[in-house]
Amino acid sequence: MKVFLAFVKKEFYHIFRDKRTLLVLFGMPFAQLILFGYAITTEVSNASIAVYNQSPGQFSEQLIDKLVSSDFFTVSNRIASQSEILETFRQNKAKLVIIIPPDFENKFSRNEAEIQLIADGSDPNLATILGSSANRIIQSWMNELLKSKGANLSMNTIIPEVRWHYNPELKSVAMFVPGVVTIILMLVSAMLTSISITREKELGTIEILYVSPLKPVLIIIGKVVPFAMLSILNAIFILVMAYVIFNVPVNGSIALLLMESMLFILTALSLGVFISTVAASQQTALMLSLFALMLPTILLSGFIFPISNMPWPLQIISNIIPAKWFLIIIKTIMLKGLGIVYIWKETLILLGMTLGLIALSIRKFKIRLQ
Amino acid sequence: MSDKTVITAKDLSKRFGDFTAVNTISFDVRQGEIFGFLGANGAGKTTAIKMLCGLSKPTSGEASIAGFDIYKQTEEIKKHIGYMSQHFSLYQDLTIRENIRFYAGIYGLKARQIKERSIELISDLGLDDYTDRFVKELPLGWKQKLAFSIAVIHNPSIVFLDEPTSGVDPITRRQFWGLIYEAAAKGITIFVTTHYLEEAEYCDRVSIMVDGLMHDLDSPKALMEKYNKPTMNDVFLQIAIRNSRKEK
Amino acid sequence: MRVLFYILQKEFLQIFRNKAMLPIIFVLPIVQMVILTFAADFELDHITYTYVDSDLSATSKRLLAKFEDSPYFQLSRTSDDFKDGMEALDQNEATLMLRIPQGFSHDLQKEKKAMIMLDVNSIDGQAATLSFSYATGIISMYNKEIIMEWNGLAREVSLPVETRVRYWFNEEMEYKNLMVPGILALLITMVGMFLSAMNIVREKEIGTIEQINVTPISKTHFLIGKMFPFWIIALFELGFGLTIGRLIFEIPLNGSIPLLFAYSAIYMLVVLGIGLWISSFTDTQQQAMFMAWFFIVIFILMSGLFTPIENMPQWAQALTYINPVAYYIKVVRAILLKGSNFYDLQFDFLVITIFAAVMMGLALLSYRKRG
Repeated sequence: MKVFLAFVKKEFYHIFRDKRTLLVLFGMPFAQLILFGYAITTEVSNASIAVYNQSPGQFSEQLIDKLVSSDFFTVSNRIASQSEILETFRQNKAKLVIIIPPDFENKFSRNEAEIQLIADGSDPNLATILGSSANRIIQSWMNELLKSKGANLSMNTIIPEVRWHYNPELKSVAMFVPGVVTIILMLVSAMLTSISITREKELGTIEILYVSPLKPVLIIIGKVVPFAMLSILNAIFILVMAYVIFNVPVNGSIALLLMESMLFILTALSLGVFISTVAASQQTALMLSLFALMLPTILLSGFIFPISNMPWPLQIISNIIPAKWFLIIIKTIMLKGLGIVYIWKETLILLGMTLGLIALSIRKFKIRLQ
Repeated sequence: MSDKTVITAKDLSKRFGDFTAVNTISFDVRQGEIFGFLGANGAGKTTAIKMLCGLSKPTSGEASIAGFDIYKQTEEIKKHIGYMSQHFSLYQDLTIRENIRFYAGIYGLKARQIKERSIELISDLGLDDYTDRFVKELPLGWKQKLAFSIAVIHNPSIVFLDEPTSGVDPITRRQFWGLIYEAAAKGITIFVTTHYLEEAEYCDRVSIMVDGLMHDLDSPKALMEKYNKPTMNDVFLQIAIRNSRKEK
Repeated sequence: MRVLFYILQKEFLQIFRNKAMLPIIFVLPIVQMVILTFAADFELDHITYTYVDSDLSATSKRLLAKFEDSPYFQLSRTSDDFKDGMEALDQNEATLMLRIPQGFSHDLQKEKKAMIMLDVNSIDGQAATLSFSYATGIISMYNKEIIMEWNGLAREVSLPVETRVRYWFNEEMEYKNLMVPGILALLITMVGMFLSAMNIVREKEIGTIEQINVTPISKTHFLIGKMFPFWIIALFELGFGLTIGRLIFEIPLNGSIPLLFAYSAIYMLVVLGIGLWISSFTDTQQQAMFMAWFFIVIFILMSGLFTPIENMPQWAQALTYINPVAYYIKVVRAILLKGSNFYDLQFDFLVITIFAAVMMGLALLSYRKRG
């Protein structure tokens, strides 16, 4: 036991001596959360619009004022001719062009006026939102106008009332915290572990360990313990930061969340060990972790991209990615505040994957030792 | 050996924080001389050689190499010297021919010269059948000999060798010194560090370094007489034990 | 010049001899393009929903039928009451619940006002807002229909202004047309920065850098020798990626391809400069890789690749002016989708050239032959 502890201590030294890597491991989630929390919002603001007003007058100018007075839009430039519209888009000067036709003022009083909105459709979602927002602002302006004229507006109206659940303030950071935790756990537990073990293999120092009185299994455990602790520390750091800075609390049971995290760390560690039994050199381990672990974890786990939008082959592939299941678990506990009843299936799947990977690594490992 | 001095160092020092790696060393090396730096691991030999080659900036003191100042004219110095480091520094993933071509190329040799020198070098080392082998496939002794030949491919006036023979078997070490003598005979000054004491006896003059300080400098014969010892080994041990830093 | 030739010869030999390089050059782009393009689809076309109809009137049923007909919505199941519906949200079966309260039809007719409750899973705020706006779109269409039916075409109904929205450059509103150019930009940024950052560090790790530093080789020659191969590889990747994008995803190529390459060539100098700068302050390939990753993550998140720049607060929008990746993504999209020409993009050319000059200078300054 003493020998084992000494060995674990040595591994800690290795990790904590590499200050730059540590800086990235803690600095990266920090920077990401700050960005997701402060820099990426779900609301559009300051979208630049260009105005082509061919009928300058009371109403058209009032309309433009109305559009700009919201935080939504800023008028980047005024356009003087039809041909300038294309140029405006091509120079990225505006995302939306509002065209007020020449007869606007005249037709306005006859309730026949028309306005054309041209949106830059390169980003379809943004274009939809800009178009409908402009529309909404125009509608409300007209309602005000009509009301002030004393028109009878009491028509049968359906009033939709919305309630946002799980993330009532629509913070984008809430959606990303689980993802950032998942990525960092994967990075530390799987990637660093596999690289560290392969490095010892490459340097030949692992042979020295094998001839030591420690059992090979203990050696591997000793190697992974520091990474496991570093991971859990990192995860807690992220959760605390999310709560303290962004007020995104863990709604469910913290104990359950930590237990599930440990399970996922175990999955990731066994993946890391498995990669190290396959890879002969650090570089191979690095490439394998990057392409077989990190990329799928980022792309196919539902972290950024919704799985339901993927074509079926990718949806099927996503099932073998542990991060997908962990992400469901952590979102359910953290944001929805629900208990194990809702995630036992996902937990079982992770458990199964972990056991399978451990069994596979042990077999590979034994073959190599013989 | 001429009387022309090609390396002068005066009170050269290098400190890292409060650790003094090289402590006010002074010496002159004459053209064509084989000058040895003898010392245990960590005595400051590598730091000294790195300063002389322009890889590391001295903390204080003066030195000039081939007439150029080591503070201001490092790039001029580099045109006149060759260097072979302690760590093997040829590209393992290139073949013998490719390594020669690359290093000769970056020293500015012309294509025709490169071709001639390569052929000459390869046949001198007896590597004719292996020119397209990757360097990683060669045994260590061959690699070291190749590295030395590449270090002098541009006919430098001085070549610095930092523990060139560490880890090499005695026979290869002997052959390696054969290469050094050949180079010296062509007028190339050799500056070599080693911790193999019998190698010290191959040098024209030897300086003995202990913990950053230079304790003595003379021909091996004179040193043995001075300390009244039969071998350089005994000379070194006496100096080293007397002057070693106290264990902390 | 002659020296440069030998450096380049050596770099190319080493790059193409490295077994890990070929997958990076040929497999990575395909995998990235294909998977990312399919995965990075934020188009909402089947929002799962459930409903609780407590009114059970003809009016409520017609509204629900509108939702069923909508291509954006997909009914996962009906719910008995609020609790049952929340269960559907909890279980991820539905992201939106529609509740029509008892008396809906009556209120609408007699009180001229009726409520409809929408409960939305807003973990993904972006998607939640978008689904909500689709839902309100359907509701207001239906509302208009009802008004017309019940009141006839009364004078008051017609508003003074009719708005029409048109979408240019991407009439079918294909999300991939936006993503493929962005992913191309991501691809060559990643390849360029990782490879250049790790290259010099590798020489540090194996010790050959010392041997180089003791030669009279000039810093400029050495750095050009280190950069040029990756510059070529990155531009090749761009061509390769464009071909894949064209063949597999049929993305539009509306602008001038030489112009795109010209911009990319300058942009790559910025990326490679950052990579070389990273390699000057790191000692191992692992550190270099993490550092490069750190920069890429921040640059990408702030670039408007996955989330539009308009979705940032003002100060963050201002920050994109110093983010080279943001410029590049904007330019690639502008050239490919909108057919922007040099005249349109002269400001972007100017900025990226300044960036390139600064980064080259920094790389040159931070590389020291003497420690």
